[in-house]
Amino acid sequence: MRNDLSIQKSTRRSLTIKFIDEYRNKKLIDEAVEAIRNVSRKEVTLMEVCGGHTMSIHKFGIPSLLPKNIKLLSGPGCPVCVTSRNFIDDTLECSKQDDIILTTLGDLIRVPGTETSLFKEKARGSDIRIVYSILDAIKIAEENKDKKVVFPGIGFETTAPLSATALIQTRDKGLNNFFILSAHKIMPPVMTALIDEGVKINGYICPGHVSVITGIQIYKPIVENYNLGCVVSGFEPLDILQSIYMLIKQIEQDSPALENQYSRAVKPEGNKKALEMMYRVFEPIDDWWRGIGNILNSGLALREEFKSFDARQLFDPLTRIDSNKDMGCICGEILKGLKTPADCPLFNKACTPVDPVGACMVSGEGSCATWYRYAREAV
Amino acid sequence: MCLSIPAEVLSINGDMAEVSVGGTKYNANIELVENVNIGDFILIHSGYGIAKIDEAEAMDTLNLMQEIKKKAGRK
Ligand code: SF4
Repeated sequence: MRNDLSIQKSTRRSLTIKFIDEYRNKKLIDEAVEAIRNVSRKEVTLMEVCGGHTMSIHKFGIPSLLPKNIKLLSGPGCPVCVTSRNFIDDTLECSKQDDIILTTLGDLIRVPGTETSLFKEKARGSDIRIVYSILDAIKIAEENKDKKVVFPGIGFETTAPLSATALIQTRDKGLNNFFILSAHKIMPPVMTALIDEGVKINGYICPGHVSVITGIQIYKPIVENYNLGCVVSGFEPLDILQSIYMLIKQIEQDSPALENQYSRAVKPEGNKKALEMMYRVFEPIDDWWRGIGNILNSGLALREEFKSFDARQLFDPLTRIDSNKDMGCICGEILKGLKTPADCPLFNKACTPVDPVGACMVSGEGSCATWYRYAREAV
Repeated sequence: MCLSIPAEVLSINGDMAEVSVGGTKYNANIELVENVNIGDFILIHSGYGIAKIDEAEAMDTLNLMQEIKKKAGRK
């Protein structure tokens, strides 16, 4: 979304923003907190998977509203944070070619590759342009027909359909100088992989905007096979507290279930058209998650029919395996919910948003960047 | 980058719509959302509409805790 912070700032001055402000109402929030306190007895740990939730939780100080027996953990749902070092090195390789304009969302630009970052290469003169949306990248391709324009596609089911739709549009327009470097990923495999790895949680706060596209049934196997409650949640404080309430109630009654708190935006069946677009253009492949490792069928690659739009034909993509070790960075364990940024000796010392060591400190939705912004003093 | 924002649809021109977020106007592609009308609220993500917001469901969510309280009181 285009410059989200500036939107929030500029709108704060205006009257009210429908579908946001009501869900920040203090009275309703107090009621939700009271309802949680009334039902909660057991020691529980809930994981929010989505980076957007992590941000809201800390921005609105939700942990301080909860009884001590409820712990929230952040999971691997920040697309920038889980993007592999290989992928960053590939985008860097791409950006070095004279006939390529590399367009990127701002979030990706400071993520460290093995030796450098897009930010440093831009400063050195590579043609790297920050865009707000893939639509801007396509515009650049239309205006620079003598160049190849590459857009690194990152993000989960929320953004993959947008890349797919944009690709189909460019194909229909006959534009042949636009390419995608896909690192798109899907959510359910990593959610089950974490539990398989032994991460101890009692329920999932499921990603709202992924679910807008996928619908809610993708979480059913987690409920059925792992006995874990899954509640699809919105992003305002009232949404998150209600979702916590629903999960706590399930846990206290020993009846894990799939529930949809974010029903104003998430239909049970999702956005069928977007999903259809996504699978028309992409197919599942095994993919590497930074700090976590290789996960079966967790990534999205361009289908044969769309291979002519694959940026990987423009340079020699790397084949080496990513390393989990990032100079002492414990992003991996944080993404798995095993540790928090407070456990990292580099936090707010060698690693800050201006000079990040790991990807979790780069994206606004990364756990480390979120803690840096809202909970630095507590560390 | 996972943030999506609720925006009001002001006008529609084919696959594109002009939308307003608390008075600030943006253009969004609405190809992926079915049956969009002027006055609807849609979630905008990276320049695309991804869902229509359901007003009745939105009200239900706001009233959820009241309902729970009422039910608890009745027990
Ligand atoms: S603070 Fe920096 S080095 Fe430590 S885990 Fe977070 S990103 Fe990695």
